[in-house]
Amino acid sequence: MLPTQTETPSTCSLRTFRTQSSSSIVQARRTVQQLRIEASIERIKVSKASSELMRYCGEHAKNDPLLMGIPASENPFKDKKPCTVL
Amino acid sequence: MAAEKAEMDALKKECDGLRAQIEAARKAVNDGSMSAAASGVASVGRVQLKLRKTLKGHLAKIYAMHWSADSRQMVSASQDGKLLIWDCFTGNKLVAVPLKSAWVMSVAFAPSGNLVASGGLDNICTVYNIKAASPKTLRELDAHTGYLSCCRFLSDTEILTASGDTTCCLWDLETGKQKVIFTNHIGDCMSLALSPDMNTFISGACDSLAKLWDLREGACKQTFSGHTSDINAISFFQSGNAIITGSDDCQCKMYDLRSDQEVICYQDASLNAGVTSLALSSSGRLIFAGYDDFNCHIWDSLKGEKVGVLSGHDNRVSCTGVPDDGMGVCTGSWDSFLKLWN
Repeated sequence: MLPTQTETPSTCSLRTFRTQSSSSIVQARRTVQQLRIEASIERIKVSKASSELMRYCGEHAKNDPLLMGIPASENPFKDKKPCTVL
Repeated sequence: MAAEKAEMDALKKECDGLRAQIEAARKAVNDGSMSAAASGVASVGRVQLKLRKTLKGHLAKIYAMHWSADSRQMVSASQDGKLLIWDCFTGNKLVAVPLKSAWVMSVAFAPSGNLVASGGLDNICTVYNIKAASPKTLRELDAHTGYLSCCRFLSDTEILTASGDTTCCLWDLETGKQKVIFTNHIGDCMSLALSPDMNTFISGACDSLAKLWDLREGACKQTFSGHTSDINAISFFQSGNAIITGSDDCQCKMYDLRSDQEVICYQDASLNAGVTSLALSSSGRLIFAGYDDFNCHIWDSLKGEKVGVLSGHDNRVSCTGVPDDGMGVCTGSWDSFLKLWN
């Protein structure tokens, strides 16, 4: 869709090489910090995660109108045709 | 300079090490695929929904729509420069909100039903009071340096925005100021979704990553990779333990938050169009995904199979939404129409 950025562009091309490399270091430190957070989480087995997702779907299926179908008389979006009284 | 190079090398080495550690930890818990686990689950069969209403009124491409919490009203946004609020039971237009900028990309309904918000290429998120005699601008949230791609209300006093400037932001509507800025994406943020418990949210971006954030701390907790192009659509599974993404790479994926990885991929060799939008049925079993091929395809979320299609639009399906009561699906398109199906 819109153009993809692969990295935040440096806005100041007049920076000295030293300052540019300092900002790269700041960026790298932030990346390490973030990766440390992401590496430290507890993970559960995919088999356990899958079975819980399946159980959720199973428990809520009977209350899912799009799975169960909606009787015409209870369908809020269905256009109601006018009744003529003979 | 030598010291800096040494530190840079050390940091790079640590990065590579941490990435390898994360991959290994993910692999260690990857003891089977979701579709294999679901092989014993009964099939949903062919899902055939009927077109119930076509809502006509916009004069240009529709870019966004959002259901009200009452599951009856809905707001749509078009580049004809208007927001329209519809009563979907009757098909009537209730309110028209003229926009200062016609280049709208996102719209949201507040849970109270009192406010709507929109924004786009103007970089501003404008909040309107639609209960006033005529729609009144309440706030103009102006701090993003890129387009507004998505907005979602937490309440009448707080709103979350996603922007092409690669950040997401939590705003205080009473002061009009930014409360928390979420930075970590390296590409335009395209979409966001709030968790059911409102403590976290997820964002999808043009860097092909989805990220989970702590709403109050501002920290990115987890990053999900796998897509090979922009993520345009993102949603929480109702249990709050999984997320679904849709991308320009023509695939949708489900990531489980607690296994920290992709558990199923929704792809079809015959589908060569990007995913623009997605919504789940109330049990989470069905995924309605809008594509550039003018259709909304229906997926079985557990088995990974295509189980139906909503055909009828004459141009790209740009937005899809299921109301809270799960009674139907709304699709909005560049053909200027909204359609209601169930």
